Amino acid sequence: MSVSVRIPTILRTYTGGEAEVKATGETLREVIADLEANYTGIAARVLDDTGKLRRFVNVYVGDEDVRFEQGLDTATPAGVQVSIIPAVAGGC
Amino acid sequence: MPNLGNATALTCRECGNSVELGPYYACAECFGPLEVSYDVKGVTRESIEAGPHNIWRYKDLLPVPPNVAEIPNLEPGFTRLVKADQLASALGLSALWVKDDSGNPTHSFKDRVVGVALAAARELGFKVLACPSTGNLANAVAAAAARAGIRSAVFVPSDLEQQKIITTAVYDGTFVTVDGNYDDVNRLASELAGEQEDWAFVNVNVRPYYAEGSKTLGYEIAEQLGWRLPDQIVVPIASGSQLTKIDKAFQELIKLGLVEDRPYKVYGAQAEGCSPVSAAYKAGQDVIRPVKPNTIAKSLAIGNPADGPYVLDAVRRTGGAIEDVTDTEVVDAIRLLARTEGIFAETAGGVTVGVLKKLIDSGQLDPSLETVIINSGEGLKTLDAVAPVAKPSANIAPSIEAFRATGLV
Repeated sequence: MSVSVRIPTILRTYTGGEAEVKATGETLREVIADLEANYTGIAARVLDDTGKLRRFVNVYVGDEDVRFEQGLDTATPAGVQVSIIPAVAGGC
Repeated sequence: MPNLGNATALTCRECGNSVELGPYYACAECFGPLEVSYDVKGVTRESIEAGPHNIWRYKDLLPVPPNVAEIPNLEPGFTRLVKADQLASALGLSALWVKDDSGNPTHSFKDRVVGVALAAARELGFKVLACPSTGNLANAVAAAAARAGIRSAVFVPSDLEQQKIITTAVYDGTFVTVDGNYDDVNRLASELAGEQEDWAFVNVNVRPYYAEGSKTLGYEIAEQLGWRLPDQIVVPIASGSQLTKIDKAFQELIKLGLVEDRPYKVYGAQAEGCSPVSAAYKAGQDVIRPVKPNTIAKSLAIGNPADGPYVLDAVRRTGGAIEDVTDTEVVDAIRLLARTEGIFAETAGGVTVGVLKKLIDSGQLDPSLETVIINSGEGLKTLDAVAPVAKPSANIAPSIEAFRATGLV
């Protein structure tokens, strides 16, 4: 399935400055693998040594934070927007 | 290189990777949060005491230009440290102080962090001061930008308390309400920060500088106690940044020799309807499981708190604890603080007082030790929380007989 992936500023060195790229995959895991195939090194920025999402990365499929869904196994239907965002928050 | 005083670099809290001072907030290696590193020399109690009665007395310990105090700003900080004897009696504590940050220019602790963020952002070349906010930050950013003569752009959830909407809108900056919760607004701001290069989202792309502003709470408490640390402190948790920075401030003061090196405990306070850090603490976990918030304490309603893991570290390292209280307990605590000390706290203050009570009742906090609690904001901004229960004693005709008939004489 082809999806659109929003790339945060700190990862745009891997995508030649592109803020949005296309990728394919049935799940987030496959989408990240496909990104890695096209943009070598990007997966290691998003995943830790054990292959889990890094603690300070938020990934959204559509409007849903994948931590509330099935994590890396979250389905990525055709045309969906995937967003990779550094985890920051305001408040106290 | 920007001139940010004694600040020297940004260092990742997760992996230790260092980068030069600049508009960076997430580590390019691991996405971890970047923190400001310093080279501080020659700071003494006397040099601080000679400074202005606001946060700029601590400018040598903050990432700001040396002339920061001369540039128009809201001059936040140096708020009251109230000796709260009657509240202490009510709770069975031997000594209690309330650090009352409702006395800041826009009535919350956010004026501190925004003051530092604004000073750093200007030095880094940003043109617009922006933020996603649960309300208090919106007030602080809109006001500080107005005072500085620059544009502000503020984003809040549309279901925010009406008082916080009005007290932001009045400064006449760009102000957008978003149909979603705070975490949705935060996500939008994070994405916008990647597109708008000259916009400083204070708690996103200049977050390393902004967050340092909370250290001034810790510095002030120590100075106002006569240059010593309290035995224990109770701090509200939203993103967790305030708590970790108060701890950092205490550590810095010890390292600089400005206070005696003695143990202190840091306690965290959450509302039950948004208690991901409290839940992780109680479960003995290091990882925070995000939640969808549902609480009247909207200023603390961050379901995915960025500094949560570091809060757990600070609390466990110092031997403190984390508790959470129900919305009913929050309202009761707001009234207790008002009744005993004449301080009208916002819901976050109610959370902190409520948790203090719960910690004492459960034996997790030693009532014989000196305790400080943070009141981070002003009750006038969260009137809805207490409106159902805060009412006049009676309504009467204008006569003595009518008053006597009420039994209130």
